[in-house]
Amino acid sequence: MTAVPMVRAEQVHKWFGRLEVLQGIDLEVAPREVFVIVGPSGSGKSTFLRCINHLEKVDAGRLSVDGQLVGYHERGGKLHEMRERDVAAQRRSIGMVFQRFNLFPHMTVLENVMEAPLTVRGEGKAVVRERAIKLLDRVGLRDKQENYPAQLSGGQQQRVAIARALAMEPKLMLFDEPTSALDPELVGEVLDVMRQLADEGMTMIVVTHEMGFAREVGDALVFMDGGVVVESGDPRDVLSNPQQPRTKAFLSKVL
Amino acid sequence: MATDTTTQGRPDAIRAVPVRRPGRWVAVGGVAVVAAMLLNMFLTQPNFNWPEQWKYAFNFSVLEGIRTTLWLTFAAMAIGLTLGVVIAVMRLSTNPIVSGAAWLYVWIFRGTPVLVQLLFWANIGALLPTIGIGIPFGHEFITYKTFDLVPSVMAALLGLGLNEGAYMSEIVRAGILSVDEGQNEAATALGLTQMQTLRRIVLPQAMRVIVPPFGNETISMLKTTSLVAYVPFYELLFNVQNIYTRTYQVMPMLIMASLWYLLMSSVLTVGQYYIERHYAKGARRNLPLTPIQKLKLVIANARGRRLA
Repeated sequence: MTAVPMVRAEQVHKWFGRLEVLQGIDLEVAPREVFVIVGPSGSGKSTFLRCINHLEKVDAGRLSVDGQLVGYHERGGKLHEMRERDVAAQRRSIGMVFQRFNLFPHMTVLENVMEAPLTVRGEGKAVVRERAIKLLDRVGLRDKQENYPAQLSGGQQQRVAIARALAMEPKLMLFDEPTSALDPELVGEVLDVMRQLADEGMTMIVVTHEMGFAREVGDALVFMDGGVVVESGDPRDVLSNPQQPRTKAFLSKVL
Repeated sequence: MATDTTTQGRPDAIRAVPVRRPGRWVAVGGVAVVAAMLLNMFLTQPNFNWPEQWKYAFNFSVLEGIRTTLWLTFAAMAIGLTLGVVIAVMRLSTNPIVSGAAWLYVWIFRGTPVLVQLLFWANIGALLPTIGIGIPFGHEFITYKTFDLVPSVMAALLGLGLNEGAYMSEIVRAGILSVDEGQNEAATALGLTQMQTLRRIVLPQAMRVIVPPFGNETISMLKTTSLVAYVPFYELLFNVQNIYTRTYQVMPMLIMASLWYLLMSSVLTVGQYYIERHYAKGARRNLPLTPIQKLKLVIANARGRRLA
């Protein structure tokens, strides 16, 4: 069986003005895989993640999700920029969780989770509500549904953010340093939810500094530095026995 | 060494002697003297002519003027807000022609006096005697006399509304810019389109920043409507002027009009407080108390203290 990879990147480049942030990323993420990206800040790992749902435009190379090119149509050997509506449609099946949660502060927890299914998919309120409550139950926050985000701890907010992304029933979840803004004692509750999600077979790409999580839950890992993939492989191998000097140097600082 | 407070019990609350504040008593004395002097002047100076003011305060033409002032204020603000949102969104557009057009609008309408703009619309017929619908540069199917299309009331609304739109657009733009970029990203990542993001996520949060200057603009508009007396269109000041040209009681009538304006702007201030409170939802952990709730709290506290 040769499944279509969930994400395929071929020589992906991204530059901001003269600064080349991604200098040719090649990688493949299989369905149901937990794919971990580690690397020092400024290595381009977050930028790459943001390219996957077209929050950033790829400047060269190709990036596809589930066999579909991201942000472009290919017609007659030429790339055409997608219209905004089509890009939005593409994003619906990709969930994203941010470092700073980015919950909508003017809506209750429940409204946050219900917003996208109601506005984007136009589903019925009763159905969405039922699903949202189930999702909040899953992340252990059923009793917080009427609270506003400002009334929750960071860990709780991040769990709501995960539920909000899951409400669109995505086939791929992107995590951009989901625990970096949390107090140490709150990291565990968020990782637990992510672990549970991985067990259920969700395809996940996780940018993180949590090496324990990477080792335990990750199926594949890449180490990025300076806009390129320096080393990749099984997380347990790479983390305990790095081959490249740059990987060794980085891991000696964070482990 | 840390002590366990639960077994030790809490020490008695501090009952310290408050700091003396002699400056306050001096200030109280000074203010009291000035207040007494003012009150004395109001009561004894016959030129204030309070009976005359009272006689006309609820006069039909005064009340009619107030009614006009109020609806003119709200209509002009409605036009201003609608235009303001549209222009602000245009201004933030990535299309340079669209944002340039918005810039030009603000430049013209913010850069010329509102009184000049009012007079301009009042006399537009002198510039364009007729306005028609038809093929550009070609045949006109229907032709109107400009004076029929733009009577005084239209001139007043156009002048005030278009001018306000320019100011409101800057207020709305500031509000939109104040919303964290992460909100945009989160909404975009969920698949919301730009318009949906603006309507559902950005504008409701921008309202928190927009409401205080919007209230300011509304109160300012309440007073600016008095300029349409020169269109001429009847409103509170226009009608009051009519009265004093007949009775020669200029100052009493102007004071009476001022008191009416003051009363109306006070009511608007209260309204603004409640709108601000509404949009504070989620931004604070708890909503601020309403004045009535505060009063209840003070009374409850006072009772509690007396009982204790």
